[in-house]
Amino acid sequence: MSEFLEFDGVSKNFGNLRAVDQVSLSVRKGEFFSLLGPSGCGKTTLLRILAGFEHPDTGRVLLNGEDITALPPNRRKVNTIFQNYALFPHLTVRENIAFGLRIAKRPRLQIDEEVGHMLSLIQMEDQAHKKPSEISGGQKQRVAVARALINKPQVLLLDEPLAALDLKLRQRMSLELDLIHDEVGITFLYVTHDQGEAMSLSDRIAVMNHGRIEQVGIPAEIYEAPRTSFVAAFIGDTNFFEGQVTEFCSGDYMRLSIDGLPDVLCFKDKPLQSGNLIYLSIRPEKFHISRDRPLLDDRHNCLPGKVEDVIYLGTHTRYWVRINNHRLAVIQQHSRFLLDEKPIRWEEEVWISWHADDGFMLDRYSESDETLIGLPPEKTGQTMGPAEDSIEKDS
Amino acid sequence: MEARIARQKKKNEWLVTWPSLLWLSLLFVIPTAIVFMVAFKPTDNYGGIGPGWTLETLRHLVNPNYPAIIWRTVTQSCLTTLICILLSVPAGYFIARANRPWRQLLLLLVIVPFWTSFLIRIFAWKILLHPEGLIKRTLVFLHVIGPEVSLLYNSGAVLLVMVYTFLPFAILPIYAAAEKFDFHLLEAARDLGAHQWQAFFRVFIPGIRRGLLTAIMVVFIPALGSYVIPDIVGGPNAEMIGNKIAQRVFVDRNLPQASGLSALLILAVLIPLLAVLALQRSKDRAVPLIREDA
Repeated sequence: MSEFLEFDGVSKNFGNLRAVDQVSLSVRKGEFFSLLGPSGCGKTTLLRILAGFEHPDTGRVLLNGEDITALPPNRRKVNTIFQNYALFPHLTVRENIAFGLRIAKRPRLQIDEEVGHMLSLIQMEDQAHKKPSEISGGQKQRVAVARALINKPQVLLLDEPLAALDLKLRQRMSLELDLIHDEVGITFLYVTHDQGEAMSLSDRIAVMNHGRIEQVGIPAEIYEAPRTSFVAAFIGDTNFFEGQVTEFCSGDYMRLSIDGLPDVLCFKDKPLQSGNLIYLSIRPEKFHISRDRPLLDDRHNCLPGKVEDVIYLGTHTRYWVRINNHRLAVIQQHSRFLLDEKPIRWEEEVWISWHADDGFMLDRYSESDETLIGLPPEKTGQTMGPAEDSIEKDS
Repeated sequence: MEARIARQKKKNEWLVTWPSLLWLSLLFVIPTAIVFMVAFKPTDNYGGIGPGWTLETLRHLVNPNYPAIIWRTVTQSCLTTLICILLSVPAGYFIARANRPWRQLLLLLVIVPFWTSFLIRIFAWKILLHPEGLIKRTLVFLHVIGPEVSLLYNSGAVLLVMVYTFLPFAILPIYAAAEKFDFHLLEAARDLGAHQWQAFFRVFIPGIRRGLLTAIMVVFIPALGSYVIPDIVGGPNAEMIGNKIAQRVFVDRNLPQASGLSALLILAVLIPLLAVLALQRSKDRAVPLIREDA
């Protein structure tokens, strides 16, 4: 079965800037698909290429098997929710919603009926006579959604639709978007730089950086098994280690020699040879922190360190723990009543442990991605081991 | 309580509006009233205003020449306005969409004519359109027109120079409106199925409505009163009402008759102006009224 929506080797340059670089991507029918990345990563350009506002320099866009690359925006069966909603200020809410049907020259009765239906769907019947300047941000978004959906698009494109709203409203509107997606069942292509939004709403996410797709997957895959240092650092926090394979153990495990640490046990999830250089990413919450050395099986690593910083956040605490030239970010959930235990304090000697399965080997590493991790200012020494721009892929 | 707030609001409104009110009454309402008054005065033998009141001027206004001149004045002004708008809407659109250095250059080009005296520019047109002038000779050479066709001293010449003169006044308010226009709205319209022209007429034109109305007013009103342009490049068959007023003042030295014609012109300007203002107001008022309800 061919995919519903497909980008096939799409590139787009703006002058010397390569905004979208050889992107190939397929989206399934009915999916809530997110393009996630920092500003300038090309996600909006990709969306605009699909909407027809930009023409790709190379590549094709296929919708339902049909090549739509050359079609003008008005002849594509996609509709867009713009970042600032782009409601027509001279038209009322009702007229805004009716715009698409009026352009399509539908009979008046049908327009009235469908607009009425949409107004009730977004619960704005009593605001229908108002101009966009007289309604709130959340209401504007609903009108924008109704104005797009009334045309029965095959794909709804959403360009950071929540960015203009305040936090509480953002949370509510994201739930509403989710409900609408469930209700109408059409494909959503959602562009955002907010990893939280992308994680909570999407069926699948494509993480973009510098015009390229770094990784595509379901949210848990993106979070738990990041393929590149960019994905690991952009979504959530992480710790990077550069290590050399020294020895293979039974059951797909291996030992790594990491500068400044005793040898570390690690799961081997791809073919490697002794002496290969690899990069390991371990999420802060995968570490366990304790005052006494825990009793663990031989699948665990356990290292002594010293707490440099503690930030208590109620549900959890963040620690920064120094082990020689490494500074680890550690998150400890408080599932037990914290005051019964004696909380770990600043400058205490602690043990950091983790299961060998909980680290993840990266396909590609770039030192600059470390700046994406929210580290506190350094007090002494160096942060992490030396780094190359990328490692040889060995798959 | 609410009544008191309303009264206070009213008081504040007066406080901020009285200077402009004073300005308007001193320099507009009173002079206009004087013009209307003089129209009902007799002349004296020395070109001044005589004592007492008379309806003499009204009888003179029923001049068989006037309807044709008034008709010509109105059609010429309407045509000037129409052509100016047709030229300045695309001009304003493109200047607003141009990137910064280009935009500044284009705006400068719009404003540059103002650096030369208005009269000199019209005389320049006279030279260009002259039978021995550059334009005439080029057009004859290219066989576009025969050598017997006159480009000067007719309604066409007046229209051309009027459009030339008033075009910047139309471009500037339209540009100002277009510059504030959110061009994403055009993309939204295209996205919803409109092709380029539909997006332009259904979204861009309503979006610059205020600039458009201003442009119409600042072209149409001075065009109605123009007198120098038809005087210099128009012949006797291209006279407009402004020329007649000038004749009454400078040639006939008949101030009441000049006032009568001027009063007519003022009414011709005021009525469409008030209509436009009322239209604008009714549209704008819809907004705050509903807001107060909510």
